[in-house]
Amino acid sequence: MSARPSAAAPLALDPVTVRKARSLARKVGSPVVRLARAHTTVSVERALLRMSGLQGADVDGIPWANRLTDTVREQVGLEHGLALPVWDALARSGDDLTVLAQKAAAGSVTFRLPEGRDATRAARAARSTVAQGMRRIDTNRRQRERLIERYGNPPTPWIYLIVATGDIYEDIPQAQTAAREGADVIAVIRSTGQSLLDFVPEGATREGYAGTYATQENFRLMRAALDTTSRDLGRYIRLTNYASGLCMPEIATLAGLERLDMMLNDSMYGILFRDINPVRTFVDQRFSRQVHARAGIIINTGEDNYLTTADAIEAAHTVTVSQLLNEFFAKEAGLADWQLGLGHAMEINSDVPDSFRLELAHAMLARALFPEAPLKWMPPTKHMTGDIFLGYLLNGFFNLAGALTGQGILLVGMMTEAVVTPWLSDRDLALQNVRYVMNAAGNLREDFRPAPDGFIAQRARQVLAEAIDLLERIASDEGKVPLLSAIADGTFGLMSRPADRGRGLDGVVTKARDYYNPANDLLDEGVTR
Amino acid sequence: MNAQVVRPYGDTTGDGMVQVSFTLPLPHDRAAEGAALQLARKMGIEPAMVVHAKAMGPDFTFFIVYGTANHVVDMRDVVVVERDYPLLGPKDVNAAIKTRLRRPLVVVGACIGTDAHTVGIDAILSVKGFAGEKGLEYYSQLSVVNLGAQVSVPDLVDQVGTVKADAVLVSQVVTQKDAHLINTRELSAAFREAFAPANRPLLVVGGPRFDESMAADLGVDRIFGKGTTPGEVASFLVHRLAPDPAQGPSPRKGSP
Repeated sequence: MSARPSAAAPLALDPVTVRKARSLARKVGSPVVRLARAHTTVSVERALLRMSGLQGADVDGIPWANRLTDTVREQVGLEHGLALPVWDALARSGDDLTVLAQKAAAGSVTFRLPEGRDATRAARAARSTVAQGMRRIDTNRRQRERLIERYGNPPTPWIYLIVATGDIYEDIPQAQTAAREGADVIAVIRSTGQSLLDFVPEGATREGYAGTYATQENFRLMRAALDTTSRDLGRYIRLTNYASGLCMPEIATLAGLERLDMMLNDSMYGILFRDINPVRTFVDQRFSRQVHARAGIIINTGEDNYLTTADAIEAAHTVTVSQLLNEFFAKEAGLADWQLGLGHAMEINSDVPDSFRLELAHAMLARALFPEAPLKWMPPTKHMTGDIFLGYLLNGFFNLAGALTGQGILLVGMMTEAVVTPWLSDRDLALQNVRYVMNAAGNLREDFRPAPDGFIAQRARQVLAEAIDLLERIASDEGKVPLLSAIADGTFGLMSRPADRGRGLDGVVTKARDYYNPANDLLDEGVTR
Repeated sequence: MNAQVVRPYGDTTGDGMVQVSFTLPLPHDRAAEGAALQLARKMGIEPAMVVHAKAMGPDFTFFIVYGTANHVVDMRDVVVVERDYPLLGPKDVNAAIKTRLRRPLVVVGACIGTDAHTVGIDAILSVKGFAGEKGLEYYSQLSVVNLGAQVSVPDLVDQVGTVKADAVLVSQVVTQKDAHLINTRELSAAFREAFAPANRPLLVVGGPRFDESMAADLGVDRIFGKGTTPGEVASFLVHRLAPDPAQGPSPRKGSP
């Protein structure tokens, strides 16, 4: 995607200030990375099994990946990693992974931590199996690149539309229709509450709750359907899902294995909005981002969510802080600029005087700070009141701000936000709105230069200054991991989340000195064997 | 003017003009427009005009129809939940609690279920408030505990017990598949189970898509719909938990 730094220049941000903001983000983020590297989680270990091709579930729908992980954890713990005990047991029994998981669930396998030559053998076998999965992820990336080369990338902003019926077989024709109507990106919203499940459901699913479960089979079905549509339309349609919640590492892995193209993947969303333990989140986050980096997946961060709880003017700088942190964590995990769909949203109360100028200032600031990133611009939700006529107008202004500030990914706003799940006609009207604005004003950016010291430029500089203040305040905390203290204090999204509380904490394990996980090695080294 | 019978108003009294839009699963042609007119007629709109028809793909057509609604509304048959308590300002709310309860009134607020939209509960509770009125945290005699989003019902019951809350305020914004109704029933059932009738805190539920007349059906003490302000909620709490002894309704439970 081509970057649009030209839109940013008029803000005249001081490069020294911008560098300072980034170095503060590094200072705040680095202790979190050290923390993440020192721990593993049940989901990171299960991701290793998923990468090794383990699928299926027991009669109660509990995946074999969970049953095997839980059994190994009971018998030898996870602090050494799952790889050695599991591949040692495979070598001793001659079973394959699925049979071993079934036997383990039945209680007929005794795991041990192999030593010496046995350990070397298990490590080598584990690495070889996991590498096969990694090569499939690599192959998928090349396949995507080939298809995009064949069809070409759509012009920005990419039109991002959501389907969410709960039934994958209903989602598929809806997604294909949306693509035919002009969507460049299809997001399949997950079933409400999936982020709180500590397992990834199995198979094709037809029952969801305001969304469709993310499963490997659902991923495969939807990608295959959109491949057909891409061929018909001569346009590569990207597929989006969610690597968030308690199973981030596994879902990221499944996304890589099934060639999903974008994943929602925020560094703090799960902590703040799902009350997932902060340590669990940061550990899972790092692994999932490494997988996304490898798979060539674009991540979408979730800063828009802060503005659904906090005031969009007062909390504007928390969005900037989160973007800077998300950028730091993403780059540390190996993601490139083009993979950073950093989030922001149009959520200022439309009754506030100059609300649109403020929105433009915030959107231009994001564009200026991250000139190479395909920013993801989210439509109004909080002040969509049920007045669909006003809502349609607000969405028009949202589209205009997107055009003026060179947003990379534009989530199409529905006038029936907060009223119903979008109807066919809502989607059609929304696309008509986007088309009108892009057609009428898509190139207005060329002429649009806010006055150098005018309202917009000053507001942007003010938000950046407030972001730097906040980062400085966080960094000045004397604790070992200042960001954790800030999250506990309710700095982001006004929600207080202490590091020793929250869901999934019992799935966090401190790594032992001899911890081994071949997926980590393959990701760190970027090798295929 | 106290009209007993009313009709929709376009630009002339009694013209009955309405607009509707809908989609039919038909390709866009003359037959589809005829079908739209027939539907409008059956809805009581006659004469009707299809002012806009647009194909949405090969199989669907979107219509905007204007016309005269032949139905009338008889105001004598309209039933709504009227506010049945006096509206008090913050000063009066504080004074009432102070003199009648002689301690701060404890309020716990939360969004339950998977609903992450705290906009409603924050509008009522946070100092910032809503519609120019400060939220309940601003009231010196209200002790407010805002648990935020995605609180499970068992957690809510625990917290309410811990802080000995007089009232529980729950906001529900997400309504897909009637989540707001299902969650509210779960809420009232859990509180009925956990507390003796005399000790159960007042249960108040709010959200933009609730029907205010469903309180009894859902097992809660009050439902507040769209546009409710913090002052209305505070006044209701006083009315039920620290009522004016000179005025009618006795408190639902004995002495709190």
